[in-house]
Amino acid sequence: MATNDIVLEAKGITKHFPGVLANDHVDFDLHKGEIHALLGENGAGKTTLMNILYGLYLPDSGEIQVDGKPAVIHTPKDSITLGIGMVHQHFMLIPVFTVAENIMLGDEIVRNKIVLDQKAVAKRVRDLSHQYGLEINPETLVSQLPVGVQQRVEIVKALYRNAHILILDEPTAVLTPQEADELFVIMHELTKRGVSIIFITHKLKEVLAVADRITVMRDGKVVGTAKPKETDEAKLASMMVGREVILKVDKDPAKPGNEILKVDGLKVHDIRGLEVVRDVSFHVLAGEVLGIAGVQGNGQTELVEALTGLRSMAGGKMWFSGKDMTGKPPRPITETGMAHIPEDRQRHGLVLGYTVADNMVLNTYYLPPFGVHNMLQPAAIDSNARKLIEDYDVRTPSPYVPVGKLSGGNQQKVIVARELSHPVKLLVANQPTRGLDVGSIEYIHKEIIVMRDRGVAVLLVSAELDEIMALSDRIAVMYRGQIVATVDAAKVTREQLGLWMAGAHPEE
Amino acid sequence: MDWRRFAIIALVIVIMFGTVVVVGISQNSPLVIITSMLATTIAVATPLTLGALSGIYCERSGVVNIGIEGMMLGAAFFGWLASIYMNTVFHQVPMLSLLTGVFVAVLTGGLFALLHAVLSITFKVDQIIGGTVINILATGITGFLNRQMFFGSGSVFGGTVPHSPGVLPSIHIPLLADIPVFGRIFQQQPITLSALALVVITHFVLFHTRWGLRTRAVGEHPRAADTVGINVIRMRYLNVIIGGFMAGLGGAYFTLESISSFEPMMTNGRGFIALAAMIFGNWTPFGAWAAALVFGAAQALQINLQFFRELIPPSLAILQNSYVVGLAPYILTMLILTGLIGKTIAPAADGKPYEK
Repeated sequence: MATNDIVLEAKGITKHFPGVLANDHVDFDLHKGEIHALLGENGAGKTTLMNILYGLYLPDSGEIQVDGKPAVIHTPKDSITLGIGMVHQHFMLIPVFTVAENIMLGDEIVRNKIVLDQKAVAKRVRDLSHQYGLEINPETLVSQLPVGVQQRVEIVKALYRNAHILILDEPTAVLTPQEADELFVIMHELTKRGVSIIFITHKLKEVLAVADRITVMRDGKVVGTAKPKETDEAKLASMMVGREVILKVDKDPAKPGNEILKVDGLKVHDIRGLEVVRDVSFHVLAGEVLGIAGVQGNGQTELVEALTGLRSMAGGKMWFSGKDMTGKPPRPITETGMAHIPEDRQRHGLVLGYTVADNMVLNTYYLPPFGVHNMLQPAAIDSNARKLIEDYDVRTPSPYVPVGKLSGGNQQKVIVARELSHPVKLLVANQPTRGLDVGSIEYIHKEIIVMRDRGVAVLLVSAELDEIMALSDRIAVMYRGQIVATVDAAKVTREQLGLWMAGAHPEE
Repeated sequence: MDWRRFAIIALVIVIMFGTVVVVGISQNSPLVIITSMLATTIAVATPLTLGALSGIYCERSGVVNIGIEGMMLGAAFFGWLASIYMNTVFHQVPMLSLLTGVFVAVLTGGLFALLHAVLSITFKVDQIIGGTVINILATGITGFLNRQMFFGSGSVFGGTVPHSPGVLPSIHIPLLADIPVFGRIFQQQPITLSALALVVITHFVLFHTRWGLRTRAVGEHPRAADTVGINVIRMRYLNVIIGGFMAGLGGAYFTLESISSFEPMMTNGRGFIALAAMIFGNWTPFGAWAAALVFGAAQALQINLQFFRELIPPSLAILQNSYVVGLAPYILTMLILTGLIGKTIAPAADGKPYEK
């Protein structure tokens, strides 16, 4: 439905942050009724640009036009008034509020000047949801809705404010493949009704599937704009990274050996005391990658925490390297040869204020040569750091900068270096490439396969189906705390996995 | 708040009232005892109710306030001081002096709250420390000024405590107060009655108005509120100050409604008990009020047992010791804060400064 009317145009947008040029003379335009994808790695400046359009940041220079008129956007309120709506990657919804309350917040309908008119809002929401085919119930609490529906609430929230320009920031990151397909249908439906959409993502397949135009950003600059028909994944990837990228992971068939990890009937509770891992059993062999697929929040986090000793088990048993390790704390588990790449690298993987060198001995500092008679040995820690920085190609000005100053990819390399530098029998990698750029993903994937080929058992947990399919030898699908299917990776399709992830039962 | 919590509250109150009825039955009819207990309970719960409302405004908007104790103490002192000045220096009638005192008390609460807001919202000081600062400051200022003004020959009033304008008279509400026997319950003084009205008003504001919706949004997920154009900082400032007004009115109760004098540290932990009431009431006005009534009932128990001292049977001799009975509110506070009586859920962003 794209026409040539330009509804939004940004010219020469420049934004500095201390030490970083986040946007460097960025030009961007959006036609009425089109889906314009903005593609780029983390830190490429996509989010900065969008936050400028949405009034969360002020640009240092450059101008913005909306509907052909120069626009001054200082606050989100300004952009809402101009008809710009944004669906943030992390939803801006209040879990304890109802759908209607969330939608009206900031733009309430009131009776007698002060009393909230819940009924009028509910009616408005119903009308909008019928009009655009976005089924939602205004009276439900947001906390009771699945993620896909929450996203619909966010879209309706923008439409409620009469948005005709919609910014979707990484909207598919939290969705199952089926939910993502539904979202794409909704997006097309919206464009038919004259809404124009900016679609921010780093997933190449999606861009090619839904966008009318694709603009690629790298290092704060626009590197090019293309139409999906005129380009392909490889071209887009090299535009994003600035060099040739190997998207496919090369690997030989696995040569599985002994059983390294065996889990039987594992039950784990979350912080609220709910059983989120329910009677899970599986095993991992030496020299194979077992991938655990599933939409985020189906018990994977708690499963990994239980296996690594960070969370107590509510039931079941675990054998690691032939020993019963049920309920053991992290240290004996680590010492037996488990390496752990945690889901949240900044909170659980690193001490951000410590130096790179210190972070590299976080699990071995008490052992010779790093700790002798309860005293740290700076010389040994230094030479260890320099060797690992070299081996794992960590880009850091020195071993003595706080690790928090490094980029996400380099932080992850510090963790990988530390975890793999002691004798490893099992590597537990939870979302190892989340938020990383294509180049770092390539590196981490290669490293995982190298470990596998050396005979290490690998348990890979990821919400990215592509990653699971690319690396795994066997795949287990987790849904609502249970493993609903375990299959040979070579004999399963993406679609089938997607169905299981959404709760469909495998045929017997 | 769930019915189970209200049931626990009702049960505790029934036990306390029952104790007094059992002890006093040979002298008064149960109806008279219960009515008198209820009237006392509602009155002595006033500073707790207002303190809890103060906490609700602050914490619903995302600012933890443990300085309620200090705000009440400061308000009690300055309100009282203002009423004395009006009465003795400017020679106004007692009623006007008292009302001026209430006004100054409310204002004092608001000013302390403004200090808390500046510390915790603008300067992002740890909010527990900010509250502690208020408590220490209030104890220090009131203690110091009290001594400078009223004690010793060099003090402002030359060592004699000047004539105070008394306390606020109780209000006769037509119809309600005329009910036989039970009418006594509604025969209350103005701050107590305002506290009851404020419970209802706060509930309405919080759950049925634009202001309340935005306040709760700011306390649950400030970023979400910010993205729809709500000024988080402004909402928090105003709610903390409104909370300060509530605490200020609660402070006025001590020196202008309960008794007509000031003693150092006379709030005696009520600000903290109010916080416990707020938590037990799950940050809702009615819940907090119900919880405040439990503490009020414990105090009413202590007061009423004094009347029937001689009647207490030897097997319950421990109840003769008013200090032991007086411990009840504090023990209840500890039980509540240790989570023995079920978990409560604070606003998600409570205590977290907002960073853009």
